[in-house]
Amino acid sequence: MILRRPSFWLILILSAAFVYLPLRGQNVPLREDLVLVAVAIILSSNLNLMIGYTGYVNFGHIVFYGLGGYIGLYLTTARGWNLVVAALAAGVAVSFLALLFGVGILRLRGAYFALATIGVLQAVQAFVINFDPWGRSTGMYMSFEAYKSWGGAMRALWLDYYLVIGVMALSLILSLAIKISKFGLGLFAIRENEDAASVLGVNTTVYKAIVYSVSAFLPAVAGALMFFKNGMIDPFVAFEFSLSLEGIVMLMLGGQGTVTGAALGAGMYEWLRSFLLTSPKLSDFQLVIAGGLLLVVVLFAPGGLIGWVYRLLPRARGVIE
Amino acid sequence: MMPLLEVKDVSKRFGGLLAVSNVSFTLNQGEILGLIGPNGAGKTTLFNVVNGVFKSDGGSINFDGHDIAGKSPHRVVQMGLARTHQIVQPLNEMTVRDNVTVGACFGREYLGLNAARRVAGDVLEQVGMGARANQLARSLTIAGKKRLEVARALAAKPKLLLLDEVLAGLNPTEIAKMIELVRSIRDSGVSVFMIEHLMQAVMNLSDRIVVLNFGQKLAEGRPEEVARNPQVIEAYLGDPNIAEKLTEKN
Amino acid sequence: MIDGLLVGSVYGLAAMGLSLIWGVMNVINLTHGAMIALGMFGMYVLFGAITGHPYVLLLPEIGVGLLLGVVVYWVAIHWVIGRPMLMSLLSTFAVNMIIIGIGTAVWTTSPYNVNFNLPGLTVGSYTFTGNHIAAAVAALILALALDLFLRRTRPGKAIRAVSDHREAAELMGISSTTVLSIAFGIGIAMAIASGALVATLFPFTILSGGTYQLKSFVVTVLAGLGKPLGALVAGVLLGLLEGAVTPFMAASWIPLIEFTLFVVVLVAFPRGIFGKVAA
Repeated sequence: MILRRPSFWLILILSAAFVYLPLRGQNVPLREDLVLVAVAIILSSNLNLMIGYTGYVNFGHIVFYGLGGYIGLYLTTARGWNLVVAALAAGVAVSFLALLFGVGILRLRGAYFALATIGVLQAVQAFVINFDPWGRSTGMYMSFEAYKSWGGAMRALWLDYYLVIGVMALSLILSLAIKISKFGLGLFAIRENEDAASVLGVNTTVYKAIVYSVSAFLPAVAGALMFFKNGMIDPFVAFEFSLSLEGIVMLMLGGQGTVTGAALGAGMYEWLRSFLLTSPKLSDFQLVIAGGLLLVVVLFAPGGLIGWVYRLLPRARGVIE
Repeated sequence: MMPLLEVKDVSKRFGGLLAVSNVSFTLNQGEILGLIGPNGAGKTTLFNVVNGVFKSDGGSINFDGHDIAGKSPHRVVQMGLARTHQIVQPLNEMTVRDNVTVGACFGREYLGLNAARRVAGDVLEQVGMGARANQLARSLTIAGKKRLEVARALAAKPKLLLLDEVLAGLNPTEIAKMIELVRSIRDSGVSVFMIEHLMQAVMNLSDRIVVLNFGQKLAEGRPEEVARNPQVIEAYLGDPNIAEKLTEKN
Repeated sequence: MIDGLLVGSVYGLAAMGLSLIWGVMNVINLTHGAMIALGMFGMYVLFGAITGHPYVLLLPEIGVGLLLGVVVYWVAIHWVIGRPMLMSLLSTFAVNMIIIGIGTAVWTTSPYNVNFNLPGLTVGSYTFTGNHIAAAVAALILALALDLFLRRTRPGKAIRAVSDHREAAELMGISSTTVLSIAFGIGIAMAIASGALVATLFPFTILSGGTYQLKSFVVTVLAGLGKPLGALVAGVLLGLLEGAVTPFMAASWIPLIEFTLFVVVLVAFPRGIFGKVAA
């Protein structure tokens, strides 16, 4: 039962902190910092389902976020839909598309799959650049009118923030729930040895399709919420390849395959990034430092931070998931 | 009584190579059927065709009254036909218990996680690996990994267990223990189809034997008959008196 | 169209390095784009400073490429060779980030240009840009040189032996580590050379390498791994495809066509269109 896991309560406490902290004194700058961390956590924990649990490296993960943003913004702006409904619809639509694409590309293994995900990301971006109803390369803007139904821009942004935190909590709870379920066990078996898993009775084709599709849902919802907050979207901010890769770096840093690792890695990376950006000398070298960090982790600590903790304290495996 | 497994005229071709050629045999409920032959005879390929890893190019495979030719491996194991691999395939970063739990979760009974864990515990006791339940699979010795492979397959509650060279790479003590295990598996009601090179084990364990050479069946029958078959002697055994020699000792 | 053929041979050259490394050591070199960019800037820096003949500069650039490749091999590849492919993807990507980061700090993201113009060739009513012809010729020469090296020389055969079966090669007395590092060096050298050539064709920024890296992936997947000449042919085909499509639709459609083609070919032909069954 998930309620018995300490991690579940930690997730709730973390989410409560995210909600409460900026609320004191209506601290907008803090809220803006925290929302970025929250998005990072959403992306890395859903990506973890593919990379950490199933062993399939998705290099194009950000495509779910970007598409969710586009669909969400389109539905709220051009169609006047309510944000929550639009965000959910975006999630469903993108998951469905992921299922369709997944059936094709999940036949590929290892690096071929990774490359295919890059191809899908780039193809979607190229498509949106040519797609008229979505503004082609200029993108779409949202007028302030859209915030009216929420009681004005300020209120809308706070409510939007809470929704994002909700999605973050859901992402973490989802990863935990899958990890302790039979479905998760099947995914781990696929990760360890896909052919053996199949011989043991795991329907690998279906399992992979499901997890790929599921891993798309919450990022798409988050995309819809975030771009609503930003009020605009274009194919370059929506489908930035480096964001996809940052997701992977975060996961490796924190420890792929664990729920805590995904969250920690996201948090650490965002902290590092904000630190680098504010230091005038170092901001140019942001990429260099991130790259160096990734190299060190890959060469010396491929299990990330949590992997290192597991090696120090094997008993921690049961507690920190 | 109807045979548990009935293979008729099964072939498998890889490009220009005919790895398995019109092979037919039966396996009866409750028996241990041995599969022997020189290297490259097509034994593992035959296993792969029976359990669905490869699609056969013709012929029929009937298991427990169902036609299983062409079914994918995960469907086959859920119908009660489990197998081990010649080169062990442990799920390395998972514990021994989790490895076996996978077998129980996705096997014939398709159990939920908690029930599967209990079955896994029982199976581990049955094969004598209870003490290692929390070890990571990759830390086991080769004998341990072979035993894990068998435990995993057993956890699927199969009616028929395909063992692919389960004795290879083991020392004499480990071999003796494994032979005991195979016997106890049969005694618990699971039929066994085993590929083996160790002639002493095959001759003593098997109720009947099938011999393959160059993808074709050379002989099928009781160990003594097969061992006296001149074609089998020429192709594989070498020694015409091997049957007496081996069955004498044990 | 012919122009597409010419530019395509540079695509092919770019892809050859990627294909070689992938085929020999099963590593997808994500520093490829950064190396192409370095090749571009190398040409920019050396041109004018040393000589007015850019094609001569190919030689020192290739030399530097070989050295750089060996260094990167020892830093990022050697330690992760046995491990799952994700590791080498990430380690090469990390090196890529480092190089691009340093490059951005030095050169920013502004466009650069190599001011060099060969007189063109006019045949009938078509004028072919001199630079394009020269680049294509250079690409072809380098491609053939690589092919000859792999097939006729001892080091080349050692490389092919290691890529076929590493253990067997070692048993024959070939030091696979040395061979792998040289192969990687050659792959990088090809990337740098192609970057140098591109610099003579189009304006570029530190980020331009990325576009060519993606095209290299498309080409490599079309051709199948480890077949340098196949990569050249596939590169030319890609160039032709681009040339054929451009008059009919806006340039913005080209990436869409290329990437869709990429994904389709990956799924339908896992060994590449020219690839054989044995990987």
